[in-house]
Order: sequence, then structure tokens, then C-alpha cells
Amino acid sequence: MRNFATLTRMRIQLTLRNKMFLFFTVLMPFAFFFLYAGVFAKGQPLVVKFFLGPVVALTVMGSFWGLSAALVMFREQGILRRFHVTPVTASDMLASSVVANYVLMFPTVLLEFVFARSIFHVTNFGNLLATFILISIGTVSFASLGLVVASVTNTMQETQVINQLLWLPLIFLSGATFPLAFLPKVVQKVSLFLPATYLVQGLGHAIFESAPIWDHNVLISLGSLVCWAILTFFLSAQLFRWEPEVKVRRSAKLLVLATAIPFLLLGLWENKFGTITAQAQSAFDSLNGPPKSAPPPDAPK
Amino acid sequence: MGNPILEVENLVKSYGAVQAVRGVSFSVEEGEVFGLLGPNGAGKTSTVEILEGLRDLDSGRVSVCGLDPQRDSQALKHEIGAALQSTSLPDKLRVMEALRLFSSFYQRRRNPEELLKRFGLEEKRNAFYSQLSGGQKQRLALAMALVNDPKVLFFDEPTAGLDPQVRREIYDIIEELKREKKTIVMTTHYIEEAERLCDRVAIVDHGKVVALGTPRELKTRSGGSTRIEVRLAKPEPDGALRNLEGVADAREVDGAYVLHSHRPPQTIVAIVKHLEAQGNELVSLEIASPSLEDVFIEMTGRRLRD
Repeated sequence: MRNFATLTRMRIQLTLRNKMFLFFTVLMPFAFFFLYAGVFAKGQPLVVKFFLGPVVALTVMGSFWGLSAALVMFREQGILRRFHVTPVTASDMLASSVVANYVLMFPTVLLEFVFARSIFHVTNFGNLLATFILISIGTVSFASLGLVVASVTNTMQETQVINQLLWLPLIFLSGATFPLAFLPKVVQKVSLFLPATYLVQGLGHAIFESAPIWDHNVLISLGSLVCWAILTFFLSAQLFRWEPEVKVRRSAKLLVLATAIPFLLLGLWENKFGTITAQAQSAFDSLNGPPKSAPPPDAPK
Repeated sequence: MGNPILEVENLVKSYGAVQAVRGVSFSVEEGEVFGLLGPNGAGKTSTVEILEGLRDLDSGRVSVCGLDPQRDSQALKHEIGAALQSTSLPDKLRVMEALRLFSSFYQRRRNPEELLKRFGLEEKRNAFYSQLSGGQKQRLALAMALVNDPKVLFFDEPTAGLDPQVRREIYDIIEELKREKKTIVMTTHYIEEAERLCDRVAIVDHGKVVALGTPRELKTRSGGSTRIEVRLAKPEPDGALRNLEGVADAREVDGAYVLHSHRPPQTIVAIVKHLEAQGNELVSLEIASPSLEDVFIEMTGRRLRD
């Protein structure tokens, strides 16, 4: 436990000394925030509030980039090897990555709320407890996704390719960039198989419609993300490699697909009986013909 | 022999089709500096990493401080300290932070301040790891191996890639540890390092121990032949020098002729006579008592190159 604590402190210190961190964890989320709030929502408080969920979700989901890259770099440079001869365990190493990421990410999210209030006059942030818990679980589960990426890739290039491949569907098909209600029906069906959708919709629901924790759809979001976080963390601990020259087994890569199972089942169920899509639609409609011609993703600043 | 603190019996380790370690056995006494000497790829690092609990063995038996590195790896890690090959630290970690961080992992600890002083890193205490020179990085690696005041130290190629002056600094450090009666297992492919630092040396080649003993024992075991190195004005035909009196072995190495002789005075006279008869001239002549290098050549038929 003490090893975990000192490692966490080291990771936080090191990340704060890294300029890339500033870019990915601070500048980029704020760029998104002002793009959404200022351009898409045109500064109207109600619309800013509608977009707050997706923006925060984007910030939270971004966790997996930095985490996977840092861990693979540690392995490639032989840094993990040095820890391997000490009593530090794989779980110490992984858990410290997740917690350090949480500590570093939280102020950014908090500032997004502060800006929404002070600059865009959003006065009510919905259900704070549900929002807080969703942010926390979301951060941990996407951080664990980063750990899995690190454990199934051998080189930095591979890691970056996989990150790109994951990132694009996560942000475009989940409602994080285009509101879910705005997407074609087929895409809506597909989106129900993605973990990101449950984070984005859960957050939107809690912030925009003040849904409490015991709300049916918030519970589904929380439950699925918790299951997923446990599964991904456990798997990354199993596949953890200290040595740069130990390559990942082919069978291990298949095992990773297993982490998709909860969302495969949930997606099937949601597609048949669920109300998440309908709810997203009604929230979107309540904006009353939202920002004329909903936002193109690459809108000029 | 007293009570060995470390024992290796018939250790075997393969990577796929490659047998890296093929039945290595040795034991190390408490307070001893034990060296594994051999060329790159001889299986030294694999052996040491199995002892440290970093790799699993295929067959054989090893015990370190009475523990099985595979089964009791967690307990073992508290007892050992290591300076590994090809490791590094995060670029933006400061020297003192590294020592503090790593000592925090152990119950038994040495004062990091004292280690900093002892390894001459006081001025660098707040420097980032990336700002250190090769020698400073290696000194830090050795200091970090000591943070838990370990019972057994493992130094894997502690001076590889360092320039000669820095290498001597590292020797001084290891000699000081030796005076403190630390048990050290080190690997090296530098002859002088093994001769200077190790109480006993195992010469390793192709995954096997080909000779084991104190440097002195090994040298006498090599037949006690004296090494005579001559440079000549004109080249000599192959084998001409081998037939001279007392010569056990002759070969051309980098433009010089290296002879091993059981009766050096007679051999030298014979060389001079032979050259006179051939109309050749002696440019230089060096006589040396046998080194571990000669032992290595004798055991393996090859030179141990850097």
C-alpha cells in the first residue's frame, strides 16, 4: 500500500514536469470546452449546459491516451525493469497510474464547471452527486482502457495507432461530438455497443436533466462502466510486462476482446428494450430547435 | 567452505530454440565478490536475472539467502540489491527523489543522504536523471542498489560502455564495498575487472561454466605458461614459431606473434636464433605472466573481446 502511494506521488510529479501533459490534459480539453460552449452553443446558458456532459466526457475519456503512452515508454526505456527488482508489484504500478491520472484530471474538469458558471452563466449543474460519481468511474475505466492498450502493444507506434483507432469511434459515435439524437438511426444502434456512449449519455442525463444516481439510465451507465473498469484493470494486471523484450502473446490480444463482452450484451439489450436513445432525443428536442444547423465537428473557430 | 549464501545447481534456461544457460552450477560465500566472466551472449545476464527473480528457470535449482527466487520472489526482493543492464529512470526524476523513492519500497533502509555523499552525487542531488553523465548514471545505479542495505548485490556489467577513467571510479566503489564484506555477484566481459575485483571467477561460455576458481588458481591451472609477445620486422610463415623450444602455442594477433611457453628463457634464445637464421629482426618483445585472457583462450579457443 505504501509503495502504491509513493509511486502515485512520483507519477504526479513526473507528469507535472512534462510539457505534453499540459497540452493533452489542460489545453486540449479547454479548447474543446470553448469550441462547444462558445461556438456550438453560442454562449446560451441552456445549450452550454446541454453540451457540458459531452465536453466533460471528452476530457475524462482522453485519460487513456497519456496513460498508455507513459506506460509503454516506461517499458521501452527499461524503467519498469528497474522497478521489477524491487518489491513493487504490477498492481502497485497500474493502480498508481490510474490514481495519478485521476488526481491530475480532476482540476481540469472542475475548471470546466467553473468556466461554465462564470463565463457562460450556467447556474445549475443538475445532480452533482451523480455527476461526480460518473466522472470518477469514467476516469478510472478509461484509464484502465489505457492500461490494456499498453499491455497489448509492443512499441510506441503500435500504441499510438491503437489509440487513434479507439479514439475516433469513441468520440464520433457516442454523442460526444454530434449529439446522439442528431446521428442516423443505424449509428445510434451501433453507439449502444460503445462504453463511451454510456459515459456521455449518463453525464448528459445527470447534468442536463438532473437525473439522480438511482435513475434507471444513470444506474445502467454506472454499472456497465464499473464492470468494465474491473475487467480491464484485471486484464491489464494479468498481461502486465516489465521487460521490453517480452512480447505480448497472440492469445492475449484475443483476450482483450473479452473486455468488450459486457457492452456487447448491454448493447443488444439496450437496442431491444432500452430508453437511452429516446431520452437523448427528448433532451435534444427540449433545446427547442437547438443551435440552428447543429454543429459540424470541424467548425471554424 | 562455509555456508553459501547463494547456490546454483544445474541451471538451464532457453528462449525458444536458443539455449542460453546450459547447466550452470556454482555457489557464493557470504562476503565474497564472485564474478561471471564471459563474452556477450554467454548466458551471464540470464543467470543473474534468474537469481534476482526477474526470470523463471527451466530446470535446475537456485537459492539466494535461503529463498527460491521463483517462489519467494517478493521476500527475496527485500534482501537483494541490483544494478541491472539496460535500465533507466524517468528523465524528469531528480537524483535525490530517485533514492528516496526506491528506499521507500523497503522495510530495511539506508540513509539516502549518506549514499548520495558516498557515491559523489551530492552536487547532483537536484539534477534530473536526463542531465547526468554516463558515469553519474552508473554511480546512481549502484547507490540505488544499496538503498535497502541488501544481503546480496548483483552488478550486471557495471562498467560496460563507460570510458576508462569512469570505469576506474566504479572499481574504487566496488572495492570499497568489498572491504565492507558485502556479498557481490557481478558479470563482466572485461578481464582486468574480473582480475582486480573478484575473489572467485567463473568463466562462462556458451551457457556453461568452463572454469571456476580464484583468478590466481585459474592462471596456474592454465599450465603456468608464460606469454611472450614479439613484433618482427618481416612476417614469419605460419607455424614457424610454434616449433621452437618450449612453445606450447603460437598465433598471430594484430600483427604481433603471441607465444605461450613453458620454458621462457629457452624459448627466447630459440626465437633470437631462429630470426638470425631467417635474416629477420626483432622489433619488440614483451613477457607477461599468464592472464585470465590466456585462460579464456585456452578454455574456449577464442579471444574474449570487448
